[in-house]
Amino acid sequence: MADDGLRDLYQRVILDHARERHGHGIRPGSAASAREVNPTCGDEITLHVYRGDTGSVASIAWEGNGCSISQASASMLSDLIVDLAPDEVDTRIEVFRALMQSKGTMDTEDDAIGDVLEDAVSLAGVSKYVMRIKCAMLPWVALEHACAELAP
Amino acid sequence: MPTTLNPVLRGAGLLWIVADALTTGEVERLRADFPMLSRTVNGHPLVYLDSGATSQKPTRVLDAERAFVERYTAAVNRGAHTLAGEATELFEGARATIAAFVGADADEVVFTSNATEAINLVAYGISNASLGRGGDSASRFRLVAGDELVVTEQEHHSNLVPWQELAFRTGATLRVVGLEDNGTLRIEEAADVIGARTKLVAVTHVSNVLGSISPIEQIVELAHGVGALVLLDACQSAPHLPLNLHELGVDFAAISGHKMLGPTGIGALYGRRELLDALPPFLTGGSMITTVGLQSSDYLPPPARFEAGTQRVSQAIALAEATRYLGEIGMDRIAAHERALGQRLVEGLAPISGVRVLGHAPGTERTGIASFVVDGVHAHDVGQFLDDRGIEVRVGHHCAQPLHRRLGVTASTRASTYFYTTDAEVDAAVAAVADVRAFFGAA
Repeated sequence: MADDGLRDLYQRVILDHARERHGHGIRPGSAASAREVNPTCGDEITLHVYRGDTGSVASIAWEGNGCSISQASASMLSDLIVDLAPDEVDTRIEVFRALMQSKGTMDTEDDAIGDVLEDAVSLAGVSKYVMRIKCAMLPWVALEHACAELAP
Repeated sequence: MPTTLNPVLRGAGLLWIVADALTTGEVERLRADFPMLSRTVNGHPLVYLDSGATSQKPTRVLDAERAFVERYTAAVNRGAHTLAGEATELFEGARATIAAFVGADADEVVFTSNATEAINLVAYGISNASLGRGGDSASRFRLVAGDELVVTEQEHHSNLVPWQELAFRTGATLRVVGLEDNGTLRIEEAADVIGARTKLVAVTHVSNVLGSISPIEQIVELAHGVGALVLLDACQSAPHLPLNLHELGVDFAAISGHKMLGPTGIGALYGRRELLDALPPFLTGGSMITTVGLQSSDYLPPPARFEAGTQRVSQAIALAEATRYLGEIGMDRIAAHERALGQRLVEGLAPISGVRVLGHAPGTERTGIASFVVDGVHAHDVGQFLDDRGIEVRVGHHCAQPLHRRLGVTASTRASTYFYTTDAEVDAAVAAVADVRAFFGAA
């Protein structure tokens, strides 16, 4: 059934995140920010990074419009970024990017991936839809660019 | 015999005097000419509703291109051997065929890579005239600070961004004619905006998002009344409506080959002869010159002046075959068929709960284009849902961000037809859209 593929892409957890949008709403006091646009659809995200006392990335917040994939991805990313060292943030971005480029071949049952990406593992199905990878990556690229602005 | 003629072109608001639409049997026979239309997508028969982006190609057009390459490959408009002569005759014959198809003379048609290049050719020609190139005869194109270029809010980016750049380069001002909430061009506003300072009005014939038809004859009258030129974006009209550029009275027009059964990489610029005669070149180099010195050169008359470098010869020949194919079906009958499909689309979509059709309400004139938004579901997700059923539609801003902004949305879903589209395909799309909100939990 083709519909199964669609349900695999749009898992319940994704639709829930797209609706709940964790981390949505920018607060003052951010250390850096970045704005990313998906030129094919005009979807956009502005993502702010907040620092902790020890130089960690304490949290992120974002605002933007987009499809359920980009909105869910931003929501899941917000859950993931809780008081992480900068290199831990980098690792998560790298693993997520590898997942998106995997064309559905990455073993998402692997705990090593699940521990790093948590709910964002559910976006694995996007990797089979080449036109949608940009949607899922949008907040992660914004985070990457915002972190690059952080003072070392 | 079907009634001919194209009242579409006779101005605003008039319902077309329509020829007979294509019969179901005729459409089925035509579909057999398109290998793509028999493939499946995601386990379903393809329902191709993205012809506004690019059309499918009939075997006959592909064969024409292949036959040329296999039998006549040679450089055109240079060289003196037999093959060069044959290839040149075929290439120039293609120009004449395409020109006749749009109601123009052969020497008024310049081949370009696409419609975007055609528009840029005019913009850069004007730009070069503004720098003093082209001598006295080009002075009519010269722009100075205070001069105005006029566009409309519905334009495709390709008929907007080149004029923004031209304004930046010359100091001219870009002015915009707005739209009503239903997407109708505000013709009264056009009458205010188009004035003594206006040098050029760039407007689309058919909106690539709304399928609405601009009142071109009124715009031409307004522009010519103040001595301004009119450039027509005919990308969504030439493939779908009878088009006679001489009758329409526009000064320039841009045409896209791949949207009208031709290959990618070929488009055309129409320019009234006296204007092309006076316009300085855009791209320069080989094949557009008469005498070349080390410091300066003299140029050929149009259209050669605007065709520097090796041309897209096989593509031009394929596009000419496409226009013959379209001509044999009859553009009036294609227009009638798509008019019915467009109405069927909006009549199906508009009553669906949570669906908002952009632009004109059902019953108002439109081509076979309908763009819509689904409450609570992003266009990307709508498109993905339809794609899963083999229904291929366009999602996003369709290269018309200002139009979407005007209508209060970022992105929309667009279904666009061609003569090979069937009622059953439209119905399948409508039925799929009706299921979208429930799937995404938005209902």
